Amino acid sequence: MRDVVAAIDTWQQRGERVAIATVVRTLGSSPRGVGAKMVVSDAGNMAGSVSGGCIEGAVFTACQQAIRTGQATLMHFGVPDEAAWEVGLACGGTIDVFIEPLGTSE
Amino acid sequence: MQKTIYTRLRDLITREQPVALATVVAGDDIGVQVLIQPDQAVISMLNDTALVAQVRQDALAMLLRGDQGVRTYGERQIFIETYPPPATIIMVGAVHIAVALTAFAKPLGFRTIVVDARGAFATNERFGHADELVHAWPDEALQGRLHSNTAVVVLTHDPKLDDPALLVALPSAARFVGALGSSKTQAARVIRLREAGLTDDQIARLHAPIGLPIGGRTPEEIGLSIMAQIVAERNGKSL
Repeated sequence: MRDVVAAIDTWQQRGERVAIATVVRTLGSSPRGVGAKMVVSDAGNMAGSVSGGCIEGAVFTACQQAIRTGQATLMHFGVPDEAAWEVGLACGGTIDVFIEPLGTSE
Repeated sequence: MQKTIYTRLRDLITREQPVALATVVAGDDIGVQVLIQPDQAVISMLNDTALVAQVRQDALAMLLRGDQGVRTYGERQIFIETYPPPATIIMVGAVHIAVALTAFAKPLGFRTIVVDARGAFATNERFGHADELVHAWPDEALQGRLHSNTAVVVLTHDPKLDDPALLVALPSAARFVGALGSSKTQAARVIRLREAGLTDDQIARLHAPIGLPIGGRTPEEIGLSIMAQIVAERNGKSL
């Protein structure tokens, strides 16, 4: 989280809404460990990462959706998973990523 | 993530205070969070008090070890992420070796805290390069500062100051504890620590005489030998 706080600050100051993606579970080799975060704003900005680049596209789309719907979801990426092939998880591991919108009111 | 939780988390990690965040990632209440700090009431958006108490206990244990991961509680899966404070060296005794050790520690990525109740030793003039200078007795100063990312280096040469520091540091979560002194000093110290109630395992944790055997004589060389030992330990090499 430390590495994405500055980006969140900047976007919120501009009035953008934000979603946070967090690696919560990994199996096998994966480039980013548990706890790694990527943040996305509704204006299309992103910072941080949850993999070596292979699932960021799908996570970006899911974050945009979370901002729109206000719903949190758990996403699973793995080699046996068709969706993962589509987004090209080349590292051969599996990754679970939790996507949540960042609230704007108390 | 609710704004209340994020605001608090942001504040704590910016100030490098230890904190854990628990998030329901599967099952009922998905997305609901609990923010946990040592010695503080939780900020909980979960209503199940028994569950919150269990999560708090697990999260605090994980925070001490610097672990994170998903745990299962009945139908719910809860992701616990932890933010331990940064790697820190606490020096007990604002002696000449501590001046050198403080200088070596910073470029190697350690925060430095120098503890000495004696105002004449622990001056800003000598320790302007330390992150924190604490004028207190060692046992008071160490309370609440010892973490899995903390190394404690005891340098006073005086059992009246060294022993109380070791009695707090050795049973704590601190990852490295070392003390200056010859082998003879160490043998006498082991007897005193045992009499004071420490277990053999706790005493065996003590690196004493502290530092790698590089033949150091000057305070700078001894500081370097201590620094090298702490780095070795951080890298998983016990030397």
